[in-house]
Amino acid sequence: MKVITAVERYTELKTKAQEKVNSLQDKPLVRIGTATCGLAAGALQVKETFEEEIKNKGLDVRIQEVGCMGHCYAEPLAIISKPGFPSFCYGKVDEGLAKLLVDSFLENDDPCYEYAMVALEPNDIFPTFTDFPRDAYEKKIILEHCGFIDPGDIEHYIAHEGYAALAKALEEMKPEEIISEMTASGLRGRGGAGFPVGKKWSLCKDTPDEVKYIICNADEGDPGAFMDRNVLESNPHQVIEGMLISAYTVGAEKGYIYIRNEYPLAIQRIETALEQAREIGLLGDSIFGSPFNFDLEIFEGSGAFVCGEESALVSSMEGKMGIPQARPPYMAVSGFRGRPTVLNNVKTFAYVPTIIRKGADYFKSVGTSDSSGTAVFTLVGKVANTGLVEVPMGTTLRQLIFDIGEGIPAEKEFKAVQIGGPSGGCLPETKLDIPIDFDSLAEAGAIMGSGGLVVLDEDDCMVAIARYFLEFTQQESCGKCTFCRLGTKHMLDILTRITQGKGEMADLEILQELAEDIKMGSLCNLGKTAPNPILTTLRYFRDEYEAHILEGRCPACMCKDLILYYIVPEKCSKLCNVCVGSCPVEAIYTREDGLKAIDQEKCVKCDNCLKTCPPEHDAVIKLSPPVLPED
Amino acid sequence: MGKKITLTIDDRQVTAFEGEKLLWVALENDIYIPHLCAIKEEERPSASCRLCFVEVEGFSHPVTACTQEVYAGMIVKTRSPRVDRLVKSAFELLLSDHRLECAKCPKNRSCELQKIAKERKLKLRLTRLKPLEKEYAIDESMGSFVFDPSRCVLCGRCVYVDHQEVEVGAIGFTHRGLQRKVTTFGGGLLADSPCTGCGRCVEVCPVGALFFTDKAG
Ligand SMILES: Cc1cc2nc3c(=O)[nH]c(=O)nc-3n(C[C@H](O)[C@H](O)[C@H](O)COP(=O)(O)O)c2cc1C
Ligand code: SF4
Ligand code: SF4
Repeated sequence: MKVITAVERYTELKTKAQEKVNSLQDKPLVRIGTATCGLAAGALQVKETFEEEIKNKGLDVRIQEVGCMGHCYAEPLAIISKPGFPSFCYGKVDEGLAKLLVDSFLENDDPCYEYAMVALEPNDIFPTFTDFPRDAYEKKIILEHCGFIDPGDIEHYIAHEGYAALAKALEEMKPEEIISEMTASGLRGRGGAGFPVGKKWSLCKDTPDEVKYIICNADEGDPGAFMDRNVLESNPHQVIEGMLISAYTVGAEKGYIYIRNEYPLAIQRIETALEQAREIGLLGDSIFGSPFNFDLEIFEGSGAFVCGEESALVSSMEGKMGIPQARPPYMAVSGFRGRPTVLNNVKTFAYVPTIIRKGADYFKSVGTSDSSGTAVFTLVGKVANTGLVEVPMGTTLRQLIFDIGEGIPAEKEFKAVQIGGPSGGCLPETKLDIPIDFDSLAEAGAIMGSGGLVVLDEDDCMVAIARYFLEFTQQESCGKCTFCRLGTKHMLDILTRITQGKGEMADLEILQELAEDIKMGSLCNLGKTAPNPILTTLRYFRDEYEAHILEGRCPACMCKDLILYYIVPEKCSKLCNVCVGSCPVEAIYTREDGLKAIDQEKCVKCDNCLKTCPPEHDAVIKLSPPVLPED
Repeated sequence: MGKKITLTIDDRQVTAFEGEKLLWVALENDIYIPHLCAIKEEERPSASCRLCFVEVEGFSHPVTACTQEVYAGMIVKTRSPRVDRLVKSAFELLLSDHRLECAKCPKNRSCELQKIAKERKLKLRLTRLKPLEKEYAIDESMGSFVFDPSRCVLCGRCVYVDHQEVEVGAIGFTHRGLQRKVTTFGGGLLADSPCTGCGRCVEVCPVGALFFTDKAG
């Protein structure tokens, strides 16, 4: 009897999938980004409008939901492909534009260039992504298909080489060879700590046990971080394939995706993906006809931020309180239910298929020698282009913020960039030329963390920012260990006093000491990294702390207790009184000469008057220290 | 138990069994290392009080002795500038959250905090930090002993004996973060809980949080 190999089975699947995907290309196709970012911007209404208009006009056009392509600032996004034209991508699509596009482009042949952002295929009429400045820096490995393929249809993934790596692994590679490949690729975990994947898998593989587990950490508790969600919403099979390969390597038959229940869309898309994978035999028994069995389940977490820490995550999966435990033993030796467990981040698993398919050398050729591959960031804050970016490790912060993010809006000055989520560090202008990689960031006092990147400008007070991030970690401390439970509270109290102008210079020394001790002495990485925002702001922005303490002045005019609002009489106009109505506490009065002034006793510093004063007058200013000018 | 090995603690050769935890090896050899939360019988130490730091040769950072297994040829120093600094800070942090009135406390002179202060020449008052205000109701419902949570250092010894030794399950850790505390399940009085009044928890409490009423004076 002829044995059908995994690769043969795969080739069959792929041929079928490609035929299906190709057949879609002979009629017009509208793709709409309905990841959470798209939905929040109104993608569903846009989709409905397209559907209605297309139906009204009796056109033969397909509509397809896709994930996020990383240009979140321009959502809702729509991509229209029509035979005879390159595919065009349109940003900030509303109902009006949707109607116009159906009318002009789909019914007639006018692609409405004035609204198009970019064309997807090379052509000689309209710019493509390669003409964007950010294209020179971006390198998409895990985001390559995000936003372009239908996450709800496994055949779209298969048509783009999906599950080829699994077939290759099952047929051509022994588990040891996969481990060598992962080790050679230099892939480090993307959940924050950057632990080498080859080492983790090898430890788990070499721990003898009948039962082993694979867990994908999709807890993503960092406020403002959403790349794991996006990967799962836009291309869930990539992660599933990575988990399958990991399971085959270490000898596990059961896996879980631990995902927070605030991600309903991601959960729904994973569920669909799991069902479809099971249907065609990619999950379950004898996968691709091999002796390898594996199945996956979703575990919905509803825990605190600290539940993303691996030992707390496993405790909460076991029905216990989500509280971190001391290591060793390591997860790979004794994890879920005391069994050897590979626990990796969403992005870590998502890289695996590419590494197996294209080889370790390919992956190693991207990035730096100690941090290979790409880094995925959510770029937010005071930057023109917010969104999801994937760049090779080693890209500088300056390139990321000024070339890809296109700099600071409203002609403001850059002040700092906070990298790595709430427990990351704040780096100043002088550190912008350091390469983004695990070790360089750590050296500068920041961390890769979850890949959150917040840009701060001249209006951000670094003491208040440090306090803001610390407040988050302090509240999220599980309270188990002394340094984190009590130390973060004392640091927060000191920072609060400084922002209120009640600090003393001795506080800076205490802060520094406490921060160093908490970093060294805490039990888990929440406590060990919580002091980073303080250590880095003390290191790079000490002058701001001193201004608060010695002069009662907040240089960014952000700390409410250290500022007052003042209407500059020379700029104020007798003919205008918009600020008067904007004040919620009637603190603004008209002076005898008709100009406006603020009753400082009543003012609650809400900022309304400053916002409403028309730009041609620009008469309201903030003063720090809060001292009125002498007449 | 593993095989017998030799290691060096503070320049003294001691013998132990492979796999034993350093803290207990040191204590059994009369080498003091501060500790509150460690329980010898517990398989996975809670490692939460952060007082038992030591230096091990070849390690880049101080480690907690309660979690560190001994091995042949290990060289340990229980004191170093880094260790002393960590212990001093952890100790002061614990004091900042502890109602400090030794003169009025039934555990005066038999208190583990006082012992640490004496052994390591630490001050029994706050030098850098302000006290964290925390007022919890005192539970006198059992009659034979009292629970005063504002003296509790969250070591978990009482919870351990309650769960693992007498297997009653009257108390446990509840709440997160700064609010973490030992309470009955549901938070009510001990008298309304399954507590049998055996008093084991009182015997193991290192501070004056749980004390027998006859000694209250
Ligand atoms: C407080 C805290 C929160 C964490 N949250 C996450 C998370 O949301 N997602 C994640 O992948 N890793 C998180 N981690 C890191 C995990 O403990 C673990 O290192 C990681 O999931 C391992 O996967 P990796 O090797 O692929 O990075 C967190 C760690 C800490 C200390
Ligand atoms: S460092 Fe913080 S979060 Fe981690 S165990 Fe200690 S108290 Fe809990
Ligand atoms: S009551 Fe005593 S034994 Fe129980 S946790 Fe508090 S200090 Fe430890």
